[in-house]
Amino acid sequence: MANTYRVLDKVHLQDEEEFVDILEDKRHCSDLRFAFRTFSPPPYKGAPACSSAELNQAVLESQYLRYVINEVALEMGSSVEEVRDEACGIMREMSQNLQLRFIRLMGFVVRKVFKRIFSAIYVNMERLQALQQATQECPVILMPNHRSYIDFLVVSYILFNYDIPVPVIAAGIPLAGMKIVGEMLRRSGAFFIRRAIGSDKLYWAVLSEYVRTIVRKGFAPLEFFVEGLRSRTLKSLPPKLGMMNMILEPFFKGEVYDVTLLPISISYERVLEESLLAHELLGFPKPRESTAGLLKASRVLQENYGCMHVNFGRPLSARRLCEGKINRCQYNLTPRDLPQKPNAEAQACGSWLAHMIVRLQEEGALTSPWSLMACVLLQVPTAALTEEGLLFHQLTERTLWLRKLALDFRAHLNWPEKVPDSDVMSSTVALHRSVVYRKAGRVYLTRNDELEQKHSIEEDMMRTAAALLMLASYRNQCLHVFVRPALLALAMSVTKSTRKDELLTCFCFLQEVFSNEFVFIPGQSSQDFEEACSLLHKCKAVHVGQWEVTDSDTEPEVLSFLQELLKPFIESYQLMFRFLCEERDCVFREKDFLSGVRTLATKLIVSGELHTYEALSSDMQKNVLSSLRRLGAITKITTSQNNEYKVNKSAVRRTGDMLAGRIPPQIVQAAPDARL
Amino acid sequence: MASNSSGDESSRHQTARHRLSVIAGHLQRPTDRNAALLAVDCKAQGSKPNVNTSDRGEGRTVPRRRQEIMKWNGWGYSDSRFLFNKKGQAEFTGNRYRLSGMIIPGLKDWMEGTFGANLQHKTQATPVLNTSAVQPPTLNEAFVEELKSTGIPFSHEAEDRVFRAHGHCLHEIFALREGKIGRVPDMVVWPNCHNDVVKIVELACKHNVCLIPYGGGTSVSSALECPPEETRSIVSLDTSQMNRILWIDEKNLTAHVESGIVGQDLERLLNESGYCTGHEPDSMEFSSLGGWVATRASGMKKNIYGNIEDLVVHIKMVTPRGVIEKSCQGPRMSTGPDIHHFILGSEGTLGVVTEVTIKIRPMPEYQKYGSVVFPNFEQGVACLREVARQRCAPASIRLMDNEQFKFAHALKPQVSSIFTSFLDGLKKFYITKFKGFDPNRLCVATLLFEGPREKVLQHEKQVYDIAAKFGGLAAGEDNGQRGYMLTFVIAYLRDLGMDYYVIGESFETSVPWDRVLDICRNVKARIIRECKDKGVQFPPLSTCRVTQTYDAGACVYFYFAFNYRGLSDPVHVYEQVEHAAREEILANGGSLSHHHGVGKLRKEWMRETVSNVGVGMLKSVKDYVDPNNIFGNRNLL
Repeated sequence: MANTYRVLDKVHLQDEEEFVDILEDKRHCSDLRFAFRTFSPPPYKGAPACSSAELNQAVLESQYLRYVINEVALEMGSSVEEVRDEACGIMREMSQNLQLRFIRLMGFVVRKVFKRIFSAIYVNMERLQALQQATQECPVILMPNHRSYIDFLVVSYILFNYDIPVPVIAAGIPLAGMKIVGEMLRRSGAFFIRRAIGSDKLYWAVLSEYVRTIVRKGFAPLEFFVEGLRSRTLKSLPPKLGMMNMILEPFFKGEVYDVTLLPISISYERVLEESLLAHELLGFPKPRESTAGLLKASRVLQENYGCMHVNFGRPLSARRLCEGKINRCQYNLTPRDLPQKPNAEAQACGSWLAHMIVRLQEEGALTSPWSLMACVLLQVPTAALTEEGLLFHQLTERTLWLRKLALDFRAHLNWPEKVPDSDVMSSTVALHRSVVYRKAGRVYLTRNDELEQKHSIEEDMMRTAAALLMLASYRNQCLHVFVRPALLALAMSVTKSTRKDELLTCFCFLQEVFSNEFVFIPGQSSQDFEEACSLLHKCKAVHVGQWEVTDSDTEPEVLSFLQELLKPFIESYQLMFRFLCEERDCVFREKDFLSGVRTLATKLIVSGELHTYEALSSDMQKNVLSSLRRLGAITKITTSQNNEYKVNKSAVRRTGDMLAGRIPPQIVQAAPDARL
Repeated sequence: MASNSSGDESSRHQTARHRLSVIAGHLQRPTDRNAALLAVDCKAQGSKPNVNTSDRGEGRTVPRRRQEIMKWNGWGYSDSRFLFNKKGQAEFTGNRYRLSGMIIPGLKDWMEGTFGANLQHKTQATPVLNTSAVQPPTLNEAFVEELKSTGIPFSHEAEDRVFRAHGHCLHEIFALREGKIGRVPDMVVWPNCHNDVVKIVELACKHNVCLIPYGGGTSVSSALECPPEETRSIVSLDTSQMNRILWIDEKNLTAHVESGIVGQDLERLLNESGYCTGHEPDSMEFSSLGGWVATRASGMKKNIYGNIEDLVVHIKMVTPRGVIEKSCQGPRMSTGPDIHHFILGSEGTLGVVTEVTIKIRPMPEYQKYGSVVFPNFEQGVACLREVARQRCAPASIRLMDNEQFKFAHALKPQVSSIFTSFLDGLKKFYITKFKGFDPNRLCVATLLFEGPREKVLQHEKQVYDIAAKFGGLAAGEDNGQRGYMLTFVIAYLRDLGMDYYVIGESFETSVPWDRVLDICRNVKARIIRECKDKGVQFPPLSTCRVTQTYDAGACVYFYFAFNYRGLSDPVHVYEQVEHAAREEILANGGSLSHHHGVGKLRKEWMRETVSNVGVGMLKSVKDYVDPNNIFGNRNLL
């Protein structure tokens, strides 16, 4: 595979690129003046802009939609007019209404807020120039990672700042439901997509035609989150492919010459929603997006969230990336306006691209000292953190050791230069006082909460759990740096073998089992393996021969650190496997599984049998289900509200045994990807 | 050309006169200034050929020794070429064309501006053929002996052989200019009639000699290239002396014509009797009837007269198995697959077309050029689509994109009167300032109407009304006419470009209507991208035009040229870019070729174009008709 964009060949962007704090030069200029600045992005191919009304009209009048409307009318036995009205309704619900004055208003508000809560917003300016160039040539797709609601605003804000056409943004429908705010977002370019579209043919048709029309017209960049939703765990999510296929289709069908994909990595030193996320993961319902809720949350604006990095990636040409992966002639024999499901080749291509974008987002992300610290803290026994505290200098020492390892693994660190390490450490701890605090040279876990009054063991544990899950989330921010070597380290301990082929088999198996936890580009396992080998070799943790990978004695810490890093995942998975095998019934409901696992995990944590709190995370619990489904160990039997599964206990047990190294792992033939 | 330009304007040419002005309109100077082109009697009819080169059938354009009037390493007549005169102004020499002898003031700036070319940087072509560079002929002695006894003239002179070893692909001409000669035919034969061809083919079969039919030599598909792997003696079968109209059937409006006649002669001779075929491919000055049949040619006025497959009523072809032809001249037959379609597009792989019965029409009473300016190419295509939908396309309708419009503009000859230039300025002001057309986006459609005067005017109005709906403004006859003139001189321009480090070529495709805009945009963009990737220093000229409309689609022409200074192997770069452009065409739903044919240049895509079974069908026909691969040019398959 001739990969023009050497995903694996990371560039050290600190050396090359200058990050500029965009708040800095603006702090002194009035917010109002900023909002009323002249905004004159160069036009796309000299073509006139396209108003949202024109866009909607083009979609509704498209041959494609007319065709689908007739088809739906025929199927439903209703009149074409009714269906068309329905389509118009969907359009109204969905469509953006980008207006410059709202961008200005938003710019004004956002700037005020940002200046208050962030100490800096760093942006790599040179890439912005490349982006500006790109927006004039091809439709541009901005693909940021999604960690916070702030993501919605920040990209538009930056583009507005630098005379680049403001994007239209794919957002989840709940946001549209918020009073005033929904409308504000709509007018700042957001369009809204329902969550569970399922098999609603008309909705799919309107949505896909809407997206394709935006791409075809190219008047504004299209921004969407390829991960589909906000990551609750601050870890990359496996990409959703529906949108990806929609934006690629105009290129596959020759309606545009090319599509420029632009991965954007937004890294937060501290995430606004941190405690919200932890509670959500523990099963407390997520508050509905509402304006009132937003106002209530305004106390988050009192705090400092450190700095934020927005790293614009290199513009990627979909055309170049897809070269040799897609035969565009396949669209020659049917009218391009007719509904046509992307074939296997197109889907594979879309999936590959989407995964690659996620990988690039990861590579572009900046790892903060705090994230490294979180890795260290999570390897300390919980009791030590809650009771006696960890010596601060020990934490510092370990973190600095990890920094070196991260650099060896080619991570992009956001480690302030020209500041003594001890200052970096203490200011980081201070920034994250919601998670840890420092007292008398020791670091403790912060466990403040609303539930102050009652102090049952369970509640006490929940408070610890919330803090630890926050910590885990921050660890997740940098997991991508370590995950490949860590899987190899794990494979070494699981197989107890030094033979490369056995290690590779185990490595692939682990990738397969954890493919909902960590994102790997499909079909690139052996490259991932090679990468892991070379990284471990580089930091002198292993010797890599032609057929063998063996421990080296020079750096024994590395392997044990990496194995320890993945331990929470292994333990949690094993716990849930055990739960499934011990259940009496072979059929269970998802809801019962979640609560059952939670009860079991709580019990085991209290009894000291389970060391990780992450088994309590609903995210991990759901990932186990998806993983087992993909491995064929459980099957979904109903698709109604209550998701019911049938479990094949022996298969689950076998998977667990393989994970524990009791039997040699086999690469399971994964069921076809059903994530589309 | 003939020197017998004596007062030959006899009255029986009255009808022909008008017709001539038609061709002259876009081809030649006004007739009264160039009576030489008005042919005298075709006394050569049926006469025994004479080996003496001075006798070559008067009134016919193409002599046996083509090099006497045509360039051996460039396009067209030796006396006609572009050059920059001492004042640095572009000029077109000779006296054959409308543009001949004129100064073209805009060309220099256009060339410098478009390509970054510089008049100081010139590349000289090898002036004369170095015959010692030509491989000595491999002759099949037995064949030659027997051929001699038939009295059919032949030659194995280097000049004759080299001339027939190439068409007009860029790489072919470029190599000639550099004096590089590859495999060339070992001898050339000039049959004079069908029976001569039968004899030659028989002898070739008998002695296992490779035959390559040669008509006008205007191929742009490497069809004439001798396969380098061919070890047998290669004989080029030049049909140019088979150039008579054998009869005209006025009751059925058909003419029976020998296949070697070139387009301009055919039209001229028919015009003398008040008829025409209306088949006017851009190469009609030099391309031959047999060549049209063998490549499935298309003429500019196909909207009225049809393409070659619509025009032929009967074809006679000599194959190694014998002569293939139909038994009658019924206008349509249901007798299994039409055997004409084995012949049409066979590209010389099955045999030699010797005689064709072709439909003729009375010459049109009236002809009118026209042009329409559109604010942008999208609107222009929409208009052409509508015209096609209403099936009211004029004899010809072509849409140039903005770059090509500028190109055509640069070819405006110097105007003598201040008044004209004032008018031009006014027109420009009206369109760009008053109507608000962006000079960098507007595009032009050129039109040609034909028929009875009244109908033409009516038709014209209909088309202009449609155009108006798409924002089109009528832009005068002049612009239209100049557009058509461009087709005939563009090939000469390539030679000028090559003098100044600019190489280029055109290629075509056909595509469904809904993809026209996409294919134009994508292919042009691909060309630009590929040039950049391949290290071309200056942005290339990448332009297109829609040249034919059909019910279900259109024919699109791409022109592509670039300044190759700084490239070590410009032809290779050129070929890579053209290859990429063709891939892009196919990926955008375009065909492999609308009318240029496949030859050897586009062979690699045949299988995906016509499917495995399709290739198998063609193969089996070839295997039956020519099992020993006598017609061994290896085109197509």
